[in-house]
Amino acid sequence: MNIILKLLICVILFGGTGANGQSEMASIKGGVYIPLYGRDSLQVSIADFEMDVYPVTNQYYLEFVKNYPKWRRSKVISLFADKSYLIKWASDATLGEEQALNAPVTNVSWFAANAYCECQGKRLPTVDEWEYVAMANETQADARQIKTYNEYILSWYEKPKTFNNTIGSTFKNYWKVYDLHGLVWEWTSDFNSVLISGESRKDVDNDSNLFCGSAAVGATDLMNYAAFMRYAVRGSLKAKYTMRNLGFRCVK
Amino acid sequence: MITENSIMKCFMKVFMLLSCVVLFSTTSCKKDSENEVLPLKEAINIAIKGTMDAELTAPPYVPAPVENRLAKRLIVNMEILEKEGTMTDGTTYMYWTFGGSVPGSFIRTRVGDEVEFTLSNHPDNKLPHNIDLHAVTGPGGGATSSFVAPGHEKTFSFKTLNPGLYVYHCATAPVGMHIANGMYGLILVEPEGGLPKVNKEYYIMQGDFYTKGENGATGLQTFDMQKAVDEDADYVVFNGKVGALTGDNAITANVGETVRLYVGNGGPNLVSSFHVIGEIFDRVHVEGGSTINENVQTTLIPAGGAAIVEFKVEVPGTFILVDHSIFRAFNKGALGMLKVKGKENERVYSGAVQEGIYNPEGGTIQEMPSDDKKKVIDTGEKPLHEKIASGKNLYTKTCFACHQANGEGIPSAFPPLANSDYLNDDVKRAIEIILKGKSGEITVNGAKYNSVMTRQFLSDEEIADVLTYVYNSWGNNKTNVMVNTVKEVANSH
Repeated sequence: MNIILKLLICVILFGGTGANGQSEMASIKGGVYIPLYGRDSLQVSIADFEMDVYPVTNQYYLEFVKNYPKWRRSKVISLFADKSYLIKWASDATLGEEQALNAPVTNVSWFAANAYCECQGKRLPTVDEWEYVAMANETQADARQIKTYNEYILSWYEKPKTFNNTIGSTFKNYWKVYDLHGLVWEWTSDFNSVLISGESRKDVDNDSNLFCGSAAVGATDLMNYAAFMRYAVRGSLKAKYTMRNLGFRCVK
Repeated sequence: MITENSIMKCFMKVFMLLSCVVLFSTTSCKKDSENEVLPLKEAINIAIKGTMDAELTAPPYVPAPVENRLAKRLIVNMEILEKEGTMTDGTTYMYWTFGGSVPGSFIRTRVGDEVEFTLSNHPDNKLPHNIDLHAVTGPGGGATSSFVAPGHEKTFSFKTLNPGLYVYHCATAPVGMHIANGMYGLILVEPEGGLPKVNKEYYIMQGDFYTKGENGATGLQTFDMQKAVDEDADYVVFNGKVGALTGDNAITANVGETVRLYVGNGGPNLVSSFHVIGEIFDRVHVEGGSTINENVQTTLIPAGGAAIVEFKVEVPGTFILVDHSIFRAFNKGALGMLKVKGKENERVYSGAVQEGIYNPEGGTIQEMPSDDKKKVIDTGEKPLHEKIASGKNLYTKTCFACHQANGEGIPSAFPPLANSDYLNDDVKRAIEIILKGKSGEITVNGAKYNSVMTRQFLSDEEIADVLTYVYNSWGNNKTNVMVNTVKEVANSH
């Protein structure tokens, strides 16, 4: 009897959290790799962690702003989100006409994304964690040298308005995680730790140490081209910025 | 002795003084007569008076000249748009643009202007961008200060110190890709008092493009990084696409007018040998700077460089603008047109006076090298409008150089296809000429032609398409040429 009661409570709890917007997560086994822009251009160790299978959707974010009014569009402090925060939404708690519930939420600032993850008992991934999971294709944990993998990423740059696509519309990778490439850019907790001045040619200077990783594999490598873009985007951001092509997901 | 010496000294002094006066007066005289380039430190000290919004124009047009206006605070607002556009008929490309055009909007300033430049990155764009203006004196040419995320804008300002024609471009990693996708344009800094007046001014910029499919492959073509690295361009074009300056898009002038072209080269890789067929540049501002060269046939424009060319047009006709690395012109798209209207001047150019056949190698018809893999295409007949569309495309690639844009031909050299009795008389004969070539005298619309056309290596379907296009254009008899008719003629001998 006692056991059955416990089970019942468990089921209710689980169901409850599901409705609260706890999204599915995938287990990522840690490891060691060399990122394109290692902070010391050395190997990076990643501990085991869990990552959201999908980017946070409009639906989940809608629930979030209902529960946490200070993140509503009309309430948000301008220090924490710029003027285009949730700009396509019809109102504080209504999506715009063209927006699907299961499309990724975009036009959210780093502060907002960070708060969202905290409220779920999670956090934003670091650049290293994000890149570690994102270097996988469907079958390999590190597909960065594979031509089709890089071509897929590059071709996304030429597809307009992918932010309207629904989650899960791109490929499921080695870690069973979807949409790291081909849907929207994603926030990372330390997005501004790799400083790109915006003057890419200046960044080649040895003293800034930023291109060491790339120098090792040769500057004409496709892999660099696909990845440069991500670092360039991160470099162009400030924590209060929001962009139509920028969403996020959480880890723990 | 002493007196003689002192007289001598006095004489010397007077002489030196005199020569000083002479020197001084010549320099100051020069300054009055010409738009002398101001020394740099003077340009820094030019005071600005008032504020104005810069007029920005899409190619091939340029904003109004500065003439005598004083230096001002010049407000420039430029928007970055990533958008799909036409590369050539049937082929599109995802262009990244300054102001929605390739090349980007033309900016016109004068020396001493203080330009307040706002760069906005459209919210739908995926990537951050920036701008490096070669006219800027400062680190990165503005690139660092203008690095801007999608949905944001950045403002910076600079003072124009050196007159000349300058390239601007995006300098965000990977720089080559941003330029290869069309992120370049021109900014002109006029000297005090402006450049001398001319009748017509146009804006032309060459660029090379690298696509996944080969030249002519249809559909949306994506950027090919490997080809870009190998400098193996599929398209080399003026103003961002094939045909941006031909046919109805040609630039125009009237006989007797002076034309000034602001010609830039965005690259990313190739250097342009800019030439106008049938014209000689009277004046070239070499590399867009202050040195003027006269009587130039072809001027070299480096990638990331520019030139100002000026010439007076003396006779009417169509003048072809090319990159004289000539396969780029006829096979990759680097071809434009200047159409000049007005009265013939036979003293300057007579047209053909006498003609005949010269053929030292006997009477055989020359052949163009053939691609062994002849295209095998299903002979299912396409709808008429598709045939005409495809035929038009083929015409501009294959026939247009001789028979001209509207089938008008060239008198005494290439017979007209427009309203042509010879053509309308016999479809099979027309097919045979494409298949086998033609030489010897023919009469078209009452005029005699004695010339050689080489055989064309087109598939049967392509021949049907191009002839259908020709027959359905320019007042011809609207025959729909069937693939089977072409096959019949091809197999008849």
